Amino acid sequence: MAAVRIYVPRETAAVSVGADEVALAIARQAKETGTAIELVRNGSWGATWLEPLIEVAVGDKRIAYGNVTPADVPDLFKAGLLSGGKHDKRLGPVNEIPWLIDQDRWAFWRCGLIDPLSLADFRAHQGFKALEKAFEIGPDAVITAVADSGLRGRGGAGFPTGIKWRTVADTPADQKYIAANADEGDSGTFSDRMLMEGDPFGLIESMAIAGYAVGANRGYFYLRSEYPLTKLVFSRALDLAREAGWLGRNIQGSGFDFDIELHLGAGSYVCGEETAMLESLEGKKGIVRYKPPVPAIEGLFGKPTVVNNVVTLTSVPNILNLGAERHAAYGVNRSKGTLAFQLSGNIRRGGLVEKAFGITLRELIEDFGGGTASGRQVKAVQVGGPLGAYLPAEQLDTPLDYEAFIAIGAMIGHGGIVVFDDTVNMAQQARFAMEFCAIESCGKCTPCRIGSTRGVEVIDRMIAGEDREANYDLLVELCDTMEGASLCAMGGMTPFPVRSVLKYFAEDFSSAVGA
Amino acid sequence: MTADTYDSQAASEIVERFGNRPEMLVQILLAFMDRFGWISEQAIRQLADELNLSRADVHGVVSFYHDLRTTPPARHAVKVCQAEACQAMGCRGLTSHAEKTLGVAMNAGNESVTLEPVYCLGLCACSPAVMVDGKPYGRVDPARFDALVAPFAGDG
Repeated sequence: MAAVRIYVPRETAAVSVGADEVALAIARQAKETGTAIELVRNGSWGATWLEPLIEVAVGDKRIAYGNVTPADVPDLFKAGLLSGGKHDKRLGPVNEIPWLIDQDRWAFWRCGLIDPLSLADFRAHQGFKALEKAFEIGPDAVITAVADSGLRGRGGAGFPTGIKWRTVADTPADQKYIAANADEGDSGTFSDRMLMEGDPFGLIESMAIAGYAVGANRGYFYLRSEYPLTKLVFSRALDLAREAGWLGRNIQGSGFDFDIELHLGAGSYVCGEETAMLESLEGKKGIVRYKPPVPAIEGLFGKPTVVNNVVTLTSVPNILNLGAERHAAYGVNRSKGTLAFQLSGNIRRGGLVEKAFGITLRELIEDFGGGTASGRQVKAVQVGGPLGAYLPAEQLDTPLDYEAFIAIGAMIGHGGIVVFDDTVNMAQQARFAMEFCAIESCGKCTPCRIGSTRGVEVIDRMIAGEDREANYDLLVELCDTMEGASLCAMGGMTPFPVRSVLKYFAEDFSSAVGA
Repeated sequence: MTADTYDSQAASEIVERFGNRPEMLVQILLAFMDRFGWISEQAIRQLADELNLSRADVHGVVSFYHDLRTTPPARHAVKVCQAEACQAMGCRGLTSHAEKTLGVAMNAGNESVTLEPVYCLGLCACSPAVMVDGKPYGRVDPARFDALVAPFAGDG
């Protein structure tokens, strides 16, 4: 009898709640019972609330079991796990789980499905097809497709990717670079990591396509240090791709040279800002640069550089494989395609939901998320990371659309959605926004460096009940200064969460107890 | 680890492994952290010398990044995520619990263990999260925390 294939994710979130121990227990149990199994460490499907989620291949189905613990394993074997047997933890075929099938998987479609470090598996799932297509249609047609797709940067700023690529392609230089931003520092986000661990070859392919399109033969990959497993997986994938001739000189006989160097961050949030990241890649302090010139014209080592977020890059292969119009058909208004929304914080069914733009927060939080984990009322939702506004429950019907969010003083950012229940004190959250800015400010511009510290002090006085009205006015004025005069989004957007608390949750200043 | 573990020969080998390229300074410093546990004054001098940078340049980089420490580490490092998704699931309470269990305050430590904040481990859908000796853990309640640090809690 052929070995039964069992999938146990090797992805940071799954591992953080015991996936490695489950994999060990399965291997041990198989040995003890003399059963032949093939253990595949796949990526995560993104249903973090069901992790560790394991699957057993039965016929052409993959039967899933959720929230498996090592202690469950002997019992699962007894229940006939290997043939998809009945058990309390059995979820049925993985491709019939409503939470997963109701999504629009565009950039993440291989995550969970394949063995992330098997080139054969990757190739069997459209791997490198888009790069081959790019070689066939030429650089100009690739950029046109990306522009026509309406793809905008997924890192937070939402800048049109086609325009950025066109700018780099059109700027004459002896050397150009691709710099992938994987410094995913926003609280509430983990989509980059899931992609890097679940489909690293897809990312390598995407960077090569970008390099080919703009005429860059060197790629830099900036990965945050808080993701040690990602580093292991991604650097292994780089080695494998290089050995197989998908990186390096004359890729697959195309005449195109491209290689990628992996750099690690060192625990600085501001290095997620593109120019600070470039400084860090040059071995320096992560201090933001003045713009202009934009990196597309003068970027890494002063050369034209495409700086793209990981998810932006991996949205490209399907644009080439399925067509720009297919991508543009997803979404609403000027927000085309899909975004990997990340449901996190106090939420019952947290995880990654890739969905076309236009879905509302309520649909995400209630239909996918199932409300709060605590079962209490939703009080506030922070969208877009620590620089994003806190929205009250009344605004949950806002559609996720870049412009619709800007219109209410908020931003979608990198798609992180952090839910808080009614036990939160929002004055404390406003204080934290300023405190975080003070800790992470690069220090180059005064509004950010000094303003954030003054902001904490003013909020402390408000919480203590000292002259609340005068301090309120002072805080608003400080927010104006930071917003208008900071060099980058760190100081410029820290006022977003603060102002949202003033606007929607002002009463919390009188009920805050210390901070 | 103590200052005695610094080995200038090993340090040179690391610098060479990165091709003596000054633009690899951050990566070299991270490799020093892996090898020596911290960045000593001696290391800064040697790096400045071998990469043809000023000591101020190297010092500036070392002091900028949170991951680069300039004092010897304790035997164990416990980090408790303090960012929003963890706040929403009670990391402030977990932090107080951690301080009590380990007997050290946040941002402090003894010979056995340091307790540090971290701003996002990306375990936001299974928060609150901690990192113990470089390994991330999600869905950490006080009981799970105690089990994770049991091998060394109280050693200090």
